[in-house]
Formats: sequence, structure tokens, C-alpha cells
Amino acid sequence: MSNLINKDTKIVTQSITGKTVQFHTEKCIEYANGKNCFVAGVNPKKAGEKIFDVPIYASVKEAAAETGATVSVIYVPPPGAAAAIWEAVEADLDLAICITEGIPVRDMLMVRNKMKEKEAKGGKKTLLLGPNCPGLITPDEVKIGIMPGHIHKKGRIGVVSRSGTLTYEAVGQLTELGLGQSSAVGIGGDPINGLKHIDVMKAFNDDPDTDAVIMIGEIGGPDEAEAAQWCKANMKKPIVGFIAGVTAPAGKRMGHAGALISGGADTADAKLAIMEECGFKVTRNPSEMAKLLKAML
Amino acid sequence: MKIHEYQGKEILRKFGVATPRGIPCFSVDEAVKAAEQLGGKIWVVKAQIHAGGRGKGGGVKLAKSLDEVRQHAGSILGMQLKTHQTGPEGQKVRRLLIEDGADIRKEYYVAALTDRATQKVAMMASSEGGMDIEEVAHKTPEKIIKVFVDPLVGITDEQAKQLAVGIGVPEASQAQAIDTFKKLYTCYMETDASLAEINPLIHEGDGTVKALDAKFNFDSNALYRQPEIVAMRDLDEEDADEIEASKFDLAYISLDGNIGCLVNGAGLAMATMDTIKLFGAEPANFLDVGGGATTEKVTEAFKIMLKNPKVKGILVNIFGGIMRCDTIATGVVAAARETHLSVPLVVRMKGTNEEIGKQILKDSGLPIISADSMAEAATKIVEAVK
Repeated sequence: MSNLINKDTKIVTQSITGKTVQFHTEKCIEYANGKNCFVAGVNPKKAGEKIFDVPIYASVKEAAAETGATVSVIYVPPPGAAAAIWEAVEADLDLAICITEGIPVRDMLMVRNKMKEKEAKGGKKTLLLGPNCPGLITPDEVKIGIMPGHIHKKGRIGVVSRSGTLTYEAVGQLTELGLGQSSAVGIGGDPINGLKHIDVMKAFNDDPDTDAVIMIGEIGGPDEAEAAQWCKANMKKPIVGFIAGVTAPAGKRMGHAGALISGGADTADAKLAIMEECGFKVTRNPSEMAKLLKAML
Repeated sequence: MKIHEYQGKEILRKFGVATPRGIPCFSVDEAVKAAEQLGGKIWVVKAQIHAGGRGKGGGVKLAKSLDEVRQHAGSILGMQLKTHQTGPEGQKVRRLLIEDGADIRKEYYVAALTDRATQKVAMMASSEGGMDIEEVAHKTPEKIIKVFVDPLVGITDEQAKQLAVGIGVPEASQAQAIDTFKKLYTCYMETDASLAEINPLIHEGDGTVKALDAKFNFDSNALYRQPEIVAMRDLDEEDADEIEASKFDLAYISLDGNIGCLVNGAGLAMATMDTIKLFGAEPANFLDVGGGATTEKVTEAFKIMLKNPKVKGILVNIFGGIMRCDTIATGVVAAARETHLSVPLVVRMKGTNEEIGKQILKDSGLPIISADSMAEAATKIVEAVK
């Protein structure tokens, strides 16, 4: 989805000086055009310094003003993560990508409603990807997040998933079959998040660089069903669908905070049935996602 | 995280919601003493376990004398209470709640929970109290009234009134019901709950509104700032292996099958379990080693899986991203040696340093079966445990 991020995107990394953040930032800078994309970092205590040759600013607002950054990536630890998202929103960025896992749900609830209130009052809309997600990559252009860059290949298949490693699994299968990706998007495993399956499916539908999509979901919540209904009426591109958690017992949280079956409609079986009814090619065998997609092209 | 009913009621009282008076007890003598202390002529003896459906399973009894309190406390304490939420083996009752009897005229249902679709707090109420709310939702959805509360505003008087009128609370009790709904909302937010449910909420003959039960779930991401809630944790109610796993930052859940699985990432872990089932066996557990697995973590993960006597084989499925396959391979070899692994082990590794990882497994001389895809791995482990 080069309309969302591409080789010319300017990115600010919040809390850039943290130890694991440095590790991931370096990998992102090394990937494709990363050196030109990662233009700023934020840490109020180290403003004026540089790291990996990237200037550090006191705030997101200042970093955006100085460098023209329009996208932020957030690795801030859970207690401060929602405030970091809000800082990116207040700086009127286009997109905030929050990698952080373990943010209290109440904090996400508050910041999401503040974002919607700002938009309702006519303020600039900032898209949020995540939290608890691997990030977003447009292969051979830019990688923003923690995904392994080398498994990707530039191409025309879109991938969207709530799970990090399951995204890698789909990407790895595609690359092995010679099918490159237009973008791989991890929307994250939390119950209260920003972009949902439906938003990413809309973007892939509008994206001239995408021919087909693999959509991966999980037990819990109504998002996949909602996306499927939208696709049934609007999507012009073939879709392969998989839902993880057929074997998950009810009422247990399976790693992801959002992956908990509480009613009937959020089981894997129910979601697979809706997706199939909406024209997806669904599979219960996650090893054949790419193979099925290839057969549809 | 879950808590007991009596702890839930303590929280409700702290936020100003009326409940019957009650005293938690750990022995029959304490139960009788509690009843004496409460006074009156009628008491309820309630089993305290972290599962619903206790009444139907025989865990809630009415006592009309101190002798009956002693008799019921004696039969409930220590019993294996089976409900639709405990599984067939039931849950041992270690705690009781002795409570005043209530003059129940009508039972209602009310709950607060976070709604993913609207990203608001849903307050749900129903005239059909005392029943399983999922059954009500299924059979008579029109009997559930919902309002969606904007957390930036909080629950309004109009919303609370809409609930009270919607479920038919009589005029005399309406003001207190509205107040109860508002307090439940505040309580839900301030304690970082993910579910706060009162079922049943009742009104008595004199119009008093009371919470006769209390069920809470808490957001585990927020426990770091809720020390009073954490202090209520009862480890006896949780799976011992899950507690052990959490010490090593492993997400582990016991299941009923015979194939242990160790995976990185929650989604991939679920997909691996599903693949095992697809190829004719059942997973023995869910286990996500997370992104930063070390040799020590992998070894602990093996130990926890192997504690389960049902495990007849292990499948390791790793998609190396930030985590490198060689690190995992070293961990797997060390773990297999340290645990004197005697069941078949299939390892599927992809991604970063895949070839080095495979070489480490090969060089170990251990009988590790390797696989390229999840499907191949599942086929091989299912075959190996036959």
C-alpha cells in the first residue's frame, strides 16, 4: 500500500533511545530506503543528540516541524504508550504505528475516544495501526516495525493479520511460491485498536499495486465478520481467509488480549462460515494459504 | 484475572453498591460463628469458587437455623463442585460466604464490559435476572437493554434511567437502581475491570436494590497499577502449570489432547494447535514462548509441557523473525537433554538463521524429526505418537 507508506515516507521513532527500540530502529534503517525514511527520534532528555545519525527532538510536534515527518512508530512501554499515541495525534501526523504489547485496555479506550472526539470537532484525523502489532512493511521500500525484512519480496499480494508470526507465516509462504507482497499489515491482537480488518481491506481494494489479499483473523470480536460483509458487497480482488483458534477453549485468553471467545459469533468456526459465505476462499489449514491464493490468480 | 464473589461484593460496597451483609469463612466453625455474628433467622451458605452456575451444582444452600448452617457448610466445604464452567472434574470448594437471607421480589441482570465494535463501555441490563445471560441473549434478545457509555463523558443520568425503565424496575426502586448502575460503571472503570456483572440484582419487599452476586474479570495488562486487586488473587483457583509458566513469562494454557506444542507468537500458536487437530490429533496445550525466548525459557517450557502425563509427543513450531532459529535450536537441544526427553519431538523452523538452526539440531545426535511446513510437522507428530 504505497499510498499509506512508501520509499518517501518520513518517520519519527518515539522513545528512540530505549535498548530494544535501538535494535529495531537499526534494522528498519538498514532495510531498503530506511536511511532516508527514518528522519527523527523523540526523547525529551536527549533532545539535540543523535542516534544512528538520526536527530533526537524533545517532542513529536517539534520532530514533525523540523523534519516533515508524517508517520510515527511507538515502542514506548505500556504505562506511557497511550500518552505517546496521543502525542502523535496532537502533532497532526497522518499515521501512528504502535508496536507496544500490554497496554491497559482502559488507556486504549480513552485515547481512541479522544481521537474520535478530535476528528468530530474537525481536527486532523490520525490513523492508528496497532497496538500490540508487528507494524507495516512495503517490501523493497520501507519497513516500519519488528517484522524480519528478509522474508519479504516486492510484489502484488496484500497480507493483513492480527498476529505477528502468522503474518510472517503467510509472507514466507508467498515468497516461497514466488509471489511478492504489496504490503503486509499487522493490525495487532488487542481488543481496542486502530485500523481494523475492514479498513485495511478497503485500502487494499483501492490500491492499484495489490491484486489479491490474504486476510488472517483470530477468535474473539466482530472485526473479521464485519470486514467479510464489506468485502462481499465491495471487494473486487480475490481473498484467501484463515482464522486461528478452532481448537481454542471458550473463556480462556489465548496470549493476545483480544483472543478470547465470550459468545457464539466470535468462534473461529462462526467467522470461517461468514467469510466463506461472503466469497472468501477459506482454509482450515494455515500451511496452504499461499497455495490457495496462487490457484486463484 | 478473576476473583471470588465475596471479594467482588467488597469492591461493590467500596463503590457504594448495596449488597447483603456477609462474612467469608474457611471452616465449618467459622461459618457457624459468622452466622451468629450476622444474627437473624435465615442465612445463605455459598460456595466460593471462580466459576458460575454454583447454585445449580449444589454450592448454594439456604439455612434456617445455626444447625443447618453447620450442616450445609460441612457438605459444601471440600466438595468437588461441578458446574457448566468448571469442567467434568469440578473445582474443590475451599472458601464459603455466609450471608444474610434476602427478601427477593424480582431478579434483574446488569453488567459493564468493553465493547470492541463501538470502543465504548457497554452497560447491559435485563429483566431476566438469575439466568445465564448468554441463554437470554439467544432466546429473548429483546429482553436485554444496552447503552454505550462514552468514557470521556461517563454514564449519564439519562442512560442509567433508560436501563432502569427498560428492565421494568418499579418506580419506588428506580432512583436506587439508577444510582447502582452509575456506581457499577465507576467501579468498572476505576478497577480496570474487563467484566463487572451483577446477576442477580434484586429489589426487596421494601424496595431496596441489592447486588446478590458479583462477578469480576480484570484486565491483566492493568494489574501493575491495581495492587488491591492483585492482593485478591487466589492461586488455588488457577491451573498450577499456568501459574508456573507465567513466572517465566510464558503464555501457557492446558488442554485435553496428547501433543504438546511450543510456538512463538499467539496467532501462530493457535494455528499450530488447529493444524494438529486438522491432521487427526488434539493439542495438549497452548504455549507461546514470546519474542525473546532464551535457552532457559525453552527448557522451562519443555518441563511444563512434560509435566502433563497425557503428552505423547511434542511439536515445536518457530517462525524466526527477531528471534533467531539458532537460538531456539540451541534451547531445544539443551531442553531435550536436560529433561531426558523420551517422547517423539518434531521441530519446524523457518525464518532468520533457519539453516544454522537445522544444523544444530542435526549435530546434536538427538532423534529430532524435522519438518518444513506446519502441515508436514503436524502429520509427522501425529504419525509418531500413534
